[in-house]
Formats: sequence, C-alpha cells, structure tokens
Amino acid sequence: MNILQNPANRTWIILLIATAITWWLGESGTAGSAGSNAVFLMLGLALIKGRLVIYDFMELRHAPTLWKILLLGWLSFVLGMVVLAYWIGMK
Amino acid sequence: MTSVKTDLPTPDLAKTEAHAPGALLTPRLPGDLAIWFFILAELLVFAVFFIAYAFARARHVAQFNESQLTLDLNAGALNTVLLITGSWFVVLAVQAAKRDATRIATRWLAAGMACGFGFLIVKIIEYSAKFGAGISLSTNTFYMFYISLTFFHMMHVILGMVILAVLLVKTRQGAYGSHDHHALESGAAYWHMVDLVWIVLFPLVYVMR
Repeated sequence: MNILQNPANRTWIILLIATAITWWLGESGTAGSAGSNAVFLMLGLALIKGRLVIYDFMELRHAPTLWKILLLGWLSFVLGMVVLAYWIGMK
Repeated sequence: MTSVKTDLPTPDLAKTEAHAPGALLTPRLPGDLAIWFFILAELLVFAVFFIAYAFARARHVAQFNESQLTLDLNAGALNTVLLITGSWFVVLAVQAAKRDATRIATRWLAAGMACGFGFLIVKIIEYSAKFGAGISLSTNTFYMFYISLTFFHMMHVILGMVILAVLLVKTRQGAYGSHDHHALESGAAYWHMVDLVWIVLFPLVYVMR
C-alpha cells in the first residue's frame, strides 16, 4: 500500500497497536495478575515505542551515532532502573 | 533559530546537497544542535522523576498498587493516542514543508496543536475528578508523584503547543521550505520529546503494578 511507504505512517500504526496492548493489560486486570511478565511486556512495548519515536519521529535514525546512543541510552537506562526498582519491590 | 526569507538565494551548498539522492546515508542531526542539548537536559529531569517514582514504589508497593486503581486508565490511554497522533501530524508537517507544500504543512501543524488541546482537555477532566474527590499532593506518596509528574509533563505539552503556534505562523509566512527547515525541525523535535516522555510515563504510572 502506498500510504505505508512513509515510515512515519507505519510508526504511527505500530504506536497505536502498542498503546492498545498496554491499555488492555490494565483494563483486563492482566497487569495485576500476570505479575512480572506483564511488567516486562509493558517495558518492552515502551522500549519499542520510544525507539520508534526517536528514530522515525525525531528523525535520529540517520543521525550521528553519538546522538542515537544518548537518546536510546536515556530510554534504556530509565526502563532498566524501573526493572531494578520493581525487582526490589517484589522481594 | 534563524529564518531565511523565501526570496533570498541560498548559496549554502551543504543544504542543497542534503536533498540529493542518497543524502539519507550521510549522518545528519535534524534541527539546531542547541535544541538537542535542551532536550537532553529535559530528559534527564524526567529520568530523575521516573526513577524516584519507581524506587518510592518499591518501598510502598501496596499503597501504590491500591492508589493506581483509582486512576482513569481510559483517560491515560486516550492521551497517549492524542500525543502520538499529534507527533505524527508534526512529522507530516515537516515532510510537507521540506517539499515546499506550505499550506499542507500549516494544516498538519494546526492538527498537531489540536491534539495538544485534546490532551489538555482530557487532563483537566481527569484532574477535576481527582481534586473533586479530595485528592491532593499530600494525600499519599503515590498521589504526590502522580500529580507532580503529570503536571510537570503537562507544562511541557503547553510549551510544545506554544512552539507549534510560532512555527505555524512562520510556516504560513513562508519562512520554512526546502531552502530552510532548521527551526521547524528543532521545534518538532521538542514536540516529539514530550511524546517520548509520555510513552514511559503512561505504563509506569497508570498501568504497571
């Protein structure tokens, strides 16, 4: 399809699907019952969504490596610290 | 953030080359370098906020899980949709400006701003329900984080909309096009930063338990 040739359009659709999954995890109560699996799934989705925004919306896909590392590093660091905090909370 | 008038010649060869086929392969940072330092500074502040939230939760798991259930998940999800759609509209605006489709670019910028307005309306409805129920910053640790984090983010949405308004006026005046789109890209990058932060905030505060 012609409309999907624009990476921004593809990214928007994926972002909507990922948001719907996160919403469903909360709405269905799966976020509570599935424990750490749901946490990992949501953080994974946030990582995918954040990476798409950085690459296709902020247009850093073809930016100098340093800036890709800085932005993706921020995302990975924050999500990693959240994993650590949730792990501590489960103990 | 300089703007070049449409009637002025652009002798800058580097800019012309940037639009040559295969130019995508050459690393290029969109917009001004300064905006990226500003974005980085903003992201670091939000990182501190998010990490503080997560570690505060580790010490009050029951309280955070119980209070989180009172949040309006639908409002949070709707606001996510509004921000990612608003971001997408602004990407389309920049793409249109780069091919000198000024009128289309102006329309996409207005659509991006409309998404921002939608976000603010949903947020105000959400806040009034919470404040109406007697919830405040001092209710408990969870609500302190929920109110301060979302309010701080909302301020960034408002600033992003001010930036979009300026870009809209200047785009309509013909300030941006294939000859110059640096300021437009810089403002767009800020708007996407607001989206990026919410992508972490929404699951963290509204859903994860």
